Amino acid sequence: MITKEEIKNLAQLARIEIKEDEAESLRKEIDSILDYVSKINEISGDSEDKPVLKNVMRDDEITHKSGEFTEDLLSNAPGREGNYLKVKKILE
Amino acid sequence: MKVDLDSLTIAKARKMLDEKKFSAVELAQSYLDEIEKKNKELNVYLEVFGDVLEQAKAADKLISDGESYPLLGIPLAIKDNILLQGKKVSAASKILENYVATYDATVIEKLKKQGAVFLGRTNCDEFAMGGSTENSAFGPTRNSNDPSRVAGGSSGGSAVAISANLALGALGSDTGGSIREPASFCGIVGLKPTYGRVSRNGLIAMGSSLDCIGPMTKTIEDAEIILNAISGEDKEDSTTITDLTYPKHKSNKSIGIPWNLINQDGVDQKVKENFKESVKKLESLGYKTKDISLPNIGLGLAIYYIIMPAEASSNLARFDGVKYGLHVDGKDLLEDYLKTRGTGFGPEVRRRILLGTYVLSSGYYDAYYGKAQTARSILRKEFDDAFKQVDFVLTPTAPVPAWKIGEKSDPLSIYLADVFTITANIVGLPAISVPSGTMEVLKKNLPLGIQFMAPHGNEELLFEVSKKFLQE
Repeated sequence: MITKEEIKNLAQLARIEIKEDEAESLRKEIDSILDYVSKINEISGDSEDKPVLKNVMRDDEITHKSGEFTEDLLSNAPGREGNYLKVKKILE
Repeated sequence: MKVDLDSLTIAKARKMLDEKKFSAVELAQSYLDEIEKKNKELNVYLEVFGDVLEQAKAADKLISDGESYPLLGIPLAIKDNILLQGKKVSAASKILENYVATYDATVIEKLKKQGAVFLGRTNCDEFAMGGSTENSAFGPTRNSNDPSRVAGGSSGGSAVAISANLALGALGSDTGGSIREPASFCGIVGLKPTYGRVSRNGLIAMGSSLDCIGPMTKTIEDAEIILNAISGEDKEDSTTITDLTYPKHKSNKSIGIPWNLINQDGVDQKVKENFKESVKKLESLGYKTKDISLPNIGLGLAIYYIIMPAEASSNLARFDGVKYGLHVDGKDLLEDYLKTRGTGFGPEVRRRILLGTYVLSSGYYDAYYGKAQTARSILRKEFDDAFKQVDFVLTPTAPVPAWKIGEKSDPLSIYLADVFTITANIVGLPAISVPSGTMEVLKKNLPLGIQFMAPHGNEELLFEVSKKFLQE
């Protein structure tokens, strides 16, 4: 059974702030979902050797002019300084 | 002039546009009038675009120049998780509420080439996570057959756009049933194509190995028209397929029915009765039906609720309040992240991100994600084997009709509505939901649907059998 502490830790890992009462309701819900999905252990039969999905590679080449999309992309940024995204300092 | 929208289809409208029975502007205006009348109650569109008539005018110009494309001048509704350059797209989430798309999704590019007219963006569950559109940050969409009930989801807005005559065709996206289940709840046609048939470029990602864009329409012919317009290989999506990727399947008109799945608890008695009538109808049309055993089909939901949250938790890591979308300020960068994501994501999205983070975390990875991948491969093999004996696998689309808004509060009980649709996503098969009549609940007639699945790459077979079923 998943604990409230584990839920809080997961939320921290996923960078989502949750309140104390939500940690408890999430614990209950996620516990019942995990209980349901553990049915997967009933699977019978052999899996195929060939994987369902494969990587498709492309050449690493220039696809557009430098600066072509800069303004469009940066105009969506919550904080910018010139052509940079603005974030808080992480090193003192 | 007044255009009769009730009986109008894409195919008919195209003919009438070419014959100048009405103009694209008149057609678009007719839909705008309907939207004006009904959108407040039904909450179908999150935004009606300001340039609809301009787009229609451009279409009229092409028509008068003698151009004719299957979607020229046709008013369409687009789910709010597909990008149109210069327009807002929010995935019905607070975290993207004011985000403006910087490019066109490949499907939009293709529709623009045909001169389609985009009416607006339709409501859906937040990040397409849900089966009722109740998880939208902007309120639920109401079912036009009974406004006290849900539209289904996650593409609920697109479904009601069609059922309430608020668009002639719509795009939805389907990760576990999000096109087919609302189509069934609203009495329309919904197609989830083969995985890779339609490019995902410009679709806001949920579960990338499961997501598909597809058409929602009144008729099979219309679904075919939209699919033809939007499908094709795309260098922007390396998972797209070509016509040659999968072999063409020869149909012997045989239909397999996994009765073990249909006869379980939780499937409404009236849904079963309606399904049995549909089976009889298909038999009278010359189809042979047989009980097929897919031993692990009942595990579809369990597989899905491991793989989907795992992929979603990775995909949604990009929403950090730095590059775009909502930003909520904290005392340091870490707190910026925590507050932005804590405020911006709604309850279902948080639940799935945490679930995905859990199943991918060390110590649990093999027990959940690893096991689910193996199970996925086993299920795919079971379907490959089944299609050696039959041409179609048939089920009801959903185990229940549309429920009352607010009636279901337990997430797991909503997940169970996907029990029939989910396997097509896990296996990557094309599947279509087709209206199969109604059932009476509290003096209202609620639509039901049946679902055909066909071998990979064989959408034409789905169109053929569905047209026969609907006598289209």
